[in-house]
Amino acid sequence: MSRAPTSIAVIAGLIALGVAGRVDAQRGGGQPTPPAPRAAAPIDLTGYWVSIVTQDWRWRMVTPAKGDYQGIQLTPEASKIADAWDPAKDEAAGEQCRSYGAPALMSVPGRLHITWQDDNTLKIETDAGIQTRLFHFGDYQTSPNTPRTWQGVSVAQWQTPRANVPLIFRPAERIAERTADAPAVRPGGGALRVVTTQLRPGYLRKNGVPYSENAVLTEHWDLYKRPNGEEWLTITQQIEDPQNLRNAKLVAPLFKKEPNGAKWDPTPCSSRW
Amino acid sequence: MGSDSLLVEVVTVFRKGEAVRRIGFAAFIVAVMLPAVPVFAQVDLTGTWVRSGQTDNGYAREQVDLLGIPMSADGRAKALSYDIASLSATERQCQMYPPFYALTGPFPLQISIDQDPVTQRLLGWKIAGWGDRDVTMIWMDGRPHPSRYAPHSHGGFTTGTWEGDTLTAVTTHFKMGDIKRHRAFSSDRATLTYRFNRHGDTLTVTGILEDPVYLAEPYVLTEVFRLTTNPNNFPLTACEPIEELPRLHENPALVPHYLPGKQPFVNEATQRYNIPLEAVQGGPETIYPEYRKKLKDKYVPPPPVSRGRGAQPPQQ
Repeated sequence: MSRAPTSIAVIAGLIALGVAGRVDAQRGGGQPTPPAPRAAAPIDLTGYWVSIVTQDWRWRMVTPAKGDYQGIQLTPEASKIADAWDPAKDEAAGEQCRSYGAPALMSVPGRLHITWQDDNTLKIETDAGIQTRLFHFGDYQTSPNTPRTWQGVSVAQWQTPRANVPLIFRPAERIAERTADAPAVRPGGGALRVVTTQLRPGYLRKNGVPYSENAVLTEHWDLYKRPNGEEWLTITQQIEDPQNLRNAKLVAPLFKKEPNGAKWDPTPCSSRW
Repeated sequence: MGSDSLLVEVVTVFRKGEAVRRIGFAAFIVAVMLPAVPVFAQVDLTGTWVRSGQTDNGYAREQVDLLGIPMSADGRAKALSYDIASLSATERQCQMYPPFYALTGPFPLQISIDQDPVTQRLLGWKIAGWGDRDVTMIWMDGRPHPSRYAPHSHGGFTTGTWEGDTLTAVTTHFKMGDIKRHRAFSSDRATLTYRFNRHGDTLTVTGILEDPVYLAEPYVLTEVFRLTTNPNNFPLTACEPIEELPRLHENPALVPHYLPGKQPFVNEATQRYNIPLEAVQGGPETIYPEYRKKLKDKYVPPPPVSRGRGAQPPQQ
């Protein structure tokens, strides 16, 4: 190939860059219309997910003993509530779902079915307790009179990777030794941030460890697609409730993607199991 | 790829005329027209990160507690044969934990960077060692992992890649070691994949441990850390072997262990928590929700307890 095609190629590239930049600047008269959250999703969370119970097995897979709230820093008032736990009383009051509220639900062993309810609402259904969480994107507004529920009101936003980075964090290149399947930087990724309020008081654990209606749940949903095809979901949860917790509760329950809903097993709430 | 980065690439390629001739006109145009995607999107992980410590990752009171660990039959046999007195042997007192200890140990993560002395570009991320855990150096410069026959160390060999704002690191070549407070072990053929997700001043580390010898499925744990500017509780002490058990020094050939079926503490957790023995001994089916159906008719909650009321506040 001669020098001429080489130059043409480079010049064409530079022109394309320039054109792309102008199109970006002019789109929508200076204010481009952002795509709907569904279309803008940097990660695809839809599908069936199963919880992997490798942590806190003793408090999640079985109902622990009354008074066993090890690992949770409770206030004295909260300890009294936990010590007074009475599942029969909850059943009589029709409150069997107290341990299936949003601050606890992702730690309950079970499966998630995630779909888009509409372009602005991500729906998370659980088979354990047959619960539904709705993640509202955009300027979702609630009124003070909005009734409190087990799942509360969740406002969500996508977090996309930042574009700029200090040179110091850009990896040094050893091109001659870099293998094709192990680049130091891959594009893509992103996370989902969700803040949930307007909760009905419930339990962080089945045995009556309480959270109040003023609890605030902040979550970050991170997806990991492995080279072998597996997909893992880590949900970092911060639960703030000064009334009951001396420190924010920080946990990160895990899920693994399943190919379909064959193991979906809707089971009603239970106060005892 | 951002426009500036792409422009740099174009100019670089232009200077390498030979490379451009190989690329071909059409392929080059297609590459240029790719949508703008931020590639260099790393975040700063440096600092001291204090673990929240609100899970039982590194906690176990009973000597046999494999709850939630997808052990293989060999892994279970290894765990049940273990006698913690073996740690008192002189040659074992200072052995280090494997890299998984970053998720199960009690100490913070102290993360710094290692730079090329000339270009100042990032060579790797370094997680400082503790008294009983080796340094983890996450090489970012593309160097390959050693041959599978290369010597194994306590810290292993780690390389990293960025996927958006998430750092993924893979560790190989680490020695056999303890993965849950002397209750379970990984072999020297294990691989650990880390994911570092930073959200503000919170760092979530997900560890996927795969071991064809002692695990039937990946053992995956998470731990949440908080950035601290006051790392005043960061012990770094050298280990010094001493005589701990006279019988081991009187008979250097003695290796404390339990023969198959002779583990004296195997029923401890069942007696204390009413959890069936088959669950206490771990296994892949025990980590899935449907295992609860097997437990439902066997399990009765133990009587109320007055101990274990909360935990100490996390280290600051």
